[in-house]
Formats: sequence, C-alpha cells, structure tokens
Amino acid sequence: MKLTSINELEELRRVISSKDPDKPCIAVCGGPGCLAKQCLNVRDAFINEVSARGLSGKVDIKTTGCHGYCELGPIALIYPQGIFYQRLAVDDVAEVIEETIVNENILNRLLYTDEKTRKPIKNGNDIPFYNKQMQLILGNNSRIDPHSPEDYLAVGGYTALAKVLGSMKPENVIGEVKKSGLRGRGGGGFPTGRKWESTRNTQDDIKYVICNADEGDPGAFMDRSILEGNPHSVLEGMIICAYAIGSNEGYVYVRNEYPLAVSNIKTAIKQARELGLLGEDILGSGFTFDVKVNRGGGAFICGESTALMASLEGKPGEPRAKYIHTSDKGLWDKPSNLNNVETFANIPLIINKGAEWYAGIGTESSKGTKVFSLVGKINNTGLVEVPMGMRLREIIYDIGGGIPGGKAFKAVQTGGPSGGCIPESLIDLPVDYDRLMEAGSMMGSGGMIVMDEDTCMVDVANYFTHFLQEESCGKCVPCREGLFQMGGILTRITEGRGRMEDLALIKDLAGMLGDASLCGLGKTAANPVLSTLKYFEDEYLAHISDGKCPAGVCKNLITYGINPGNCTGCGLCLKKCPAGAITGERKQPHTLNTGNCIKCGICYDVCRFSAVVKE
Amino acid sequence: MPGNTQKPNGNMVTFLLNGAEVQADPNWSLLEAIQFYGIDIPTLCHNEGLTPYGVCRLCVVEIENGTRAKLVISCMHPVTGGLKVRTHSNRVIKTRKMIMELLIARCPGSKKLQDMASRLELKEVRFEPLNDDCILCGLCVRMCDEQMAARAIGFAGRGADRYITTPFDINSEECRKCGACMYICPVCELRCQGPQAETTLCSGCINTEPVCAQNFDDAMCFMVPCLSCVKGPDDVK
Repeated sequence: MKLTSINELEELRRVISSKDPDKPCIAVCGGPGCLAKQCLNVRDAFINEVSARGLSGKVDIKTTGCHGYCELGPIALIYPQGIFYQRLAVDDVAEVIEETIVNENILNRLLYTDEKTRKPIKNGNDIPFYNKQMQLILGNNSRIDPHSPEDYLAVGGYTALAKVLGSMKPENVIGEVKKSGLRGRGGGGFPTGRKWESTRNTQDDIKYVICNADEGDPGAFMDRSILEGNPHSVLEGMIICAYAIGSNEGYVYVRNEYPLAVSNIKTAIKQARELGLLGEDILGSGFTFDVKVNRGGGAFICGESTALMASLEGKPGEPRAKYIHTSDKGLWDKPSNLNNVETFANIPLIINKGAEWYAGIGTESSKGTKVFSLVGKINNTGLVEVPMGMRLREIIYDIGGGIPGGKAFKAVQTGGPSGGCIPESLIDLPVDYDRLMEAGSMMGSGGMIVMDEDTCMVDVANYFTHFLQEESCGKCVPCREGLFQMGGILTRITEGRGRMEDLALIKDLAGMLGDASLCGLGKTAANPVLSTLKYFEDEYLAHISDGKCPAGVCKNLITYGINPGNCTGCGLCLKKCPAGAITGERKQPHTLNTGNCIKCGICYDVCRFSAVVKE
Repeated sequence: MPGNTQKPNGNMVTFLLNGAEVQADPNWSLLEAIQFYGIDIPTLCHNEGLTPYGVCRLCVVEIENGTRAKLVISCMHPVTGGLKVRTHSNRVIKTRKMIMELLIARCPGSKKLQDMASRLELKEVRFEPLNDDCILCGLCVRMCDEQMAARAIGFAGRGADRYITTPFDINSEECRKCGACMYICPVCELRCQGPQAETTLCSGCINTEPVCAQNFDDAMCFMVPCLSCVKGPDDVK
C-alpha cells in the first residue's frame, strides 16, 4: 500500500496501534551476541511450541534487534508484563509457554538475579545494567521486529518525517538540529546542524546524503545493532536530512561483514518505498528521495568520509585532502552530507521531542546520549546507552558490573583503535567529546575496551599500532612509514630489545603523525602510544631498563617456573604442556625446564595450587 | 628549484607569507603562490605537469588560525585571502626532517632523497635502513595516466604492503614501454658511491671528515691548523 498523504500515514498508524495491547508477545533478541548463542533455535522452539499448543495467533513471537545485555544471551522479553528472561535454552521453552504465557506465572530461575541483594528481578528495566542507562536510540530495539514497518509505526516511527514534511521548512529543520547541539557520532564530533547547513548553502542541483555504516573498530558494534535492530529509524533520519539539505539521492555504505545489517536495511528501504516513504512525492509533499545500499569491502579506512566517497565512486578507498570540504565537493564532486548511523538515528528524536528537550540531556558541549560497546575485562559485556557526561566509574562499575574475577581495573580504551587509554586515576572523568580529548583519548564511534591488572600497556599500544599499520591505506608517507616504524619500535620494546632513545623517537614520530598525516586515521594513530606513555611510562621503563613485563604478558620478558612448596605433583601441568618442558614423578614436586618452555601459559592456567609462577 | 612562471589572472587575494603581505591568484595552490615569491620548499610527489597528489607531505607549511596553528600541505591547499602562512617555522622544519628520515630509511639508495636530506640538514637516521627501491610517491602512476594516457600501472595492497604494479601483477598490454615512469621516478637515480657509501645517510661530501694523514704510514701532517683533527697549532707536534 502506498501512502499518499500524511493523513493516510496517521490513519495506518491508528489501525496498527489499535491492536490488543494485552496480547502476549515474546520478543527474542536476535542481536549478534545472542545469535552466536543460538537464539534462533530458541525462537524456533517458541514458534513450534506455540503452534503445538494451538496458540498460534494468540501469541506473537518476534525476533528483535540487540537488547544490549549480550552477556546474558539468549534473551527474551515477554510482553505486556516486560518480563526479562535470560540465558534461555531450547529446553526452557515449553516451560516458559506453559507457566508464563498460559498460567501467567514467573519462572524465577530464568530471571536475572541481582548481584547485591541476591533477589531475582522480574522487569528488564529494573536490572542495574538497564536502569542506569538512558535508551533513547536502543530502547526500541527490544520492541520492534526490524522486518516490520508496522512495529516501527506503532512506536511512533515516521512521525518526525510527517512533522517535517507537513509543517517545517528545511531551514527550520536545520535550525532545530543546530539548536539540539547534536554532534557527529562517528568520531569527529562535528556539529551536525552546521554540517547540514553548509551542505544546504551550496548551490548545486544534485546533492547526496550518505550514511556511514562502515563500522570497523575492533570490539565495536553500535551501528551494527542500530541498523540490524531498527533500520527504519536510520532511514527516517536520512529522509529528514535529505529534505533539509535539498537532496534527492542517498547512500548507505555498510560493510559487507554485517550481512544481517545489509539485509535489514535493504528490506527496510524496500518497505519504505512500498509505503511511499521513499521515492517520488513522499507522502504527497512533492519531495523526492531514494536510498541505495552500497556494501563496503572491509577496509577500515573506508570509514573515513573521503575514502568512503572514493569507494562509493568505485575507486580505491583512499582519503584525499579535505581543504575543500565534502559539503562543497564530495561524492562525484557534488555537495555531500555524510553522517554516522547513530547520528541519523538521533534525528527523529530531536524533531519529535524538540531541540530544547534534547539539549537538556548531556553536558555543556556534548548533548544527548551515546551508545558504547562495553567489552574486554568487564562483567556485563554489551551495548550501553548513557547520557553524555556520565562518569566512567558509573559506566564500568554500575552498568558494566566491574571487573571479573575480583581483578583490579587498570585502564579503559575509548574511541576505537586510535583512541587513548584512560587510567584508573581518571575513572571519575565525565564522558563527553571534550573531556575525553583532554585526557588524550577521544569519543570515536563509542568503543570501550576495559582492561584489568593483567594487561600490559606496552602490548596494548603495540597491538593497536599494528592494527592501524595494517589498516592504513598507505597513501601518505607519515602514516605508512611512521606507523610501520612505530610498530617496529614497540615490538622491539615488548621483546626486550628496547632502548632508552626509543621513547624520544616514539614521541617525535607521534608528533609528526598528528601534524602531517593526510586523514584522521594517521592524525589520531599515535593516541594509544601517547596515552600509554603518558599514564604508564613506568611500564615502558620496566620493559626497557629492567627487561621485565610487570603484567606478565610479553613472552620474551617472562619466565615460568614451579614453586616446589605449592606443587602437589598432581601431574596436570605435565599432561597439558605441549612442549614437554615439565618433568616430575607423581606426588612429587615437578620441575619446569625453561629451555624447552614455549611460554604458552597453559601450565599457569591449569594449575589449581598456584604452584606455577610467572615472573 | 622549480618556480611558478604562471601569470596571475583575475582578482588577486592578499595573504601573509612569512610575515610579508603578498598577493596571489586564488586559482593557485598555496605551493604555487609560495614558489611565485621565490621561496624554496621541498617537494617530492609534486610535478607541475601532473595533478597534485599530496602524499609526501614534505611541502607542509604552518597556517595560523586565530590562537591555533596547524600544518597543511601547500600543494593542495587553496590560496585564500587572509591566510597567515609560515613556510619555515620550527614545527614545519621538524616535521619535514622526520618525514625525510622515514623516507631515507625506506630508500637510502636514492640520490634525490639524499640530496634533499642534505638540504634539510638531516644529520641522523634513527631507523633501520630497509633498502627498498620505491617510496610510493605515485609520480609514475600519474605520469602513466595523465601524460601517457596509458594507465598501465597503479597501486595495489594497503599500508606498508602497498606497491606499484600492473593490473593483476602480469605484463600489461596497456604498457607501451615508453619509459616515462622511469624518467620521472625520483628513486631510480642512485646516490653517489662516495666515501661512506655504506651509511644510511649519504651527505658524504658535507658531513664526513677528511682523512687524517697521520693514519698513513710515513706521512706527516703539515696542515696547521689541521682541518681534519680540528686541532690548534699547539696540538700538532
């Protein structure tokens, strides 16, 4: 059905919303974390069980986008009560249907148990992981089936578009976005309204709207979850942007490693076209806009705006100098407005609830919420959405649940591979664009990698530098040669061959990288090294002058041994050692021959008596 | 030194070049304007006959913007009125030297690079020499495409693995063996094999000390003061 006016859209929404609100619905999370934990089997079991009991049509079962709490997957929410069941298995399904759907009882064993009170929590929103969050963008993920435009309409989808087309001039839309203080969520943090305005002010018949969904940071999956879970919200943001800047053509550049995101956004585009929300004369307003999906080939650098545009043009994904902005000459030398997935997803909110409301959330310089992917050495791995300005401590301890195994927190790396490591001493830092920058890191796209006391910071810097070295396009000398040499120096230090002069050389290289690199990748590439050198210089010195790795990570600098006092002679390490380096009689203390030892650490991990020592 | 011999046309814009108020054609690049005023700044991937590529980053200049200053590459930055440009500030020179150091480490055998390093007064290369034979400036690729209209070679690979090759790494029929790529290559001309040819950094004629005659049997030094030992007359016995 093609909608030809705003009234028809509202009529359709009224019909959809008039469905029975008490009808039970099981929303199984189909995000990447839960998919990996076989959530689709659970969903199929639900479908089979429901039809076996003749309840088809009486219970809705949907697969939604990511709910965020990946640690507890597979997750299902039972509506209308909002019961949060976690770690579901296929075997639990029959009981859930029997008890919760038919008899309306709650299964305590499937509920989340509070860490402190040891009491089960029924409602998802009461779980500490969720109740500290402010899920403006992700909140709808658990309510809607990404393949159903009706679900999106039922939660108020496309009302912002109707408002914009019905009652706002493009200038007013831009004014509203400017007033909201929204800044680009892709990493740079450029004010979105100003970007839109400069693209609008260029005189050209053809302009492009581009959505950057080329999320390449290790351990980051914010954009993926939005695109997989709520693709229509991104589309709505793009259409509003197109209307505001005067564009008729848009692209979604999404990486091919996200097959579900590719397929969901394609489906959403098709559905929006069928509904008349994309294409010619949208909702009878006379405004025309359509979107194409372009799949990226997996190069990290293609997340950079000019490299992305080059890639869209079919050229190698390499950045160019941006002295002439892409808002003047971007894709095919036409004015182009590129924003990140999350930025577009914020737009409908701003239009619906108003710029003042949005500007009321967050800090002086950073408004709204930000989605972070909380990964690494943290209890509650997952996606969290918090208002800007929340302190790192709250994110890591209150939402993230702290560090597993009672280990001490050491640092958190924010902003993806070219972000910096923030140490324990700055854990009360409010998270916003400028404060992170002052601390030597950055907001980036919102990756948060938590590290515990067993992490070697030199090793971390080495890892990220090598990642960036491999992902550098190699076009400009500072980034290609500078990162190559920087990686070499860091490897040398982790292998115990470092020299004191290396530290000065690293700083020289880092300064040159920031000053002279062509694009953002090179300019920020030194952040991991500089921040670790600033906050953990003692670790560098320990590697170089003492030949020790304090965290016991760098293989060349550690030796394993067996403390005969603790060794019971159980023989487990002897059995597991792949190098045959451990010898000994049963019930007698074993010995480790360091000459044969390959330092794999298996003996250390398997020993139950702390008899294997690492120094 | 390559100069800018273009005649300015159209409306001129005024900007500050190393403190002096100058005028330039707004269609020029900053590099062209700087060269027009006779200031020598190093360039490597730039050639007047080819489109600017902006990868060697040696032509960086410092632009003052309010209280902050940033480095830009002059070959691609447009000339706009009111710019405040410094071509040889400490920050610029430090950056150029660091880039040169990296380039020399990659290709110590190139005469052009060694000469440029001498002019930048680079005294030390702190990296292991790699003895490669390409610095990926892209001159040959642009030459082949823009002047020879052949497009027989291009870049492949990424990051430190980037290299220049024919399509699919096989002999290309597009290549007419014209040799333009070799003509324009800044690395094909090898450095002189003079004294200290073994070192990463050449500058032999500038940096090395003359041989001290006393090191040879039966030879006596009559140079007073000795230029080699840089000793005073009293030291010469």
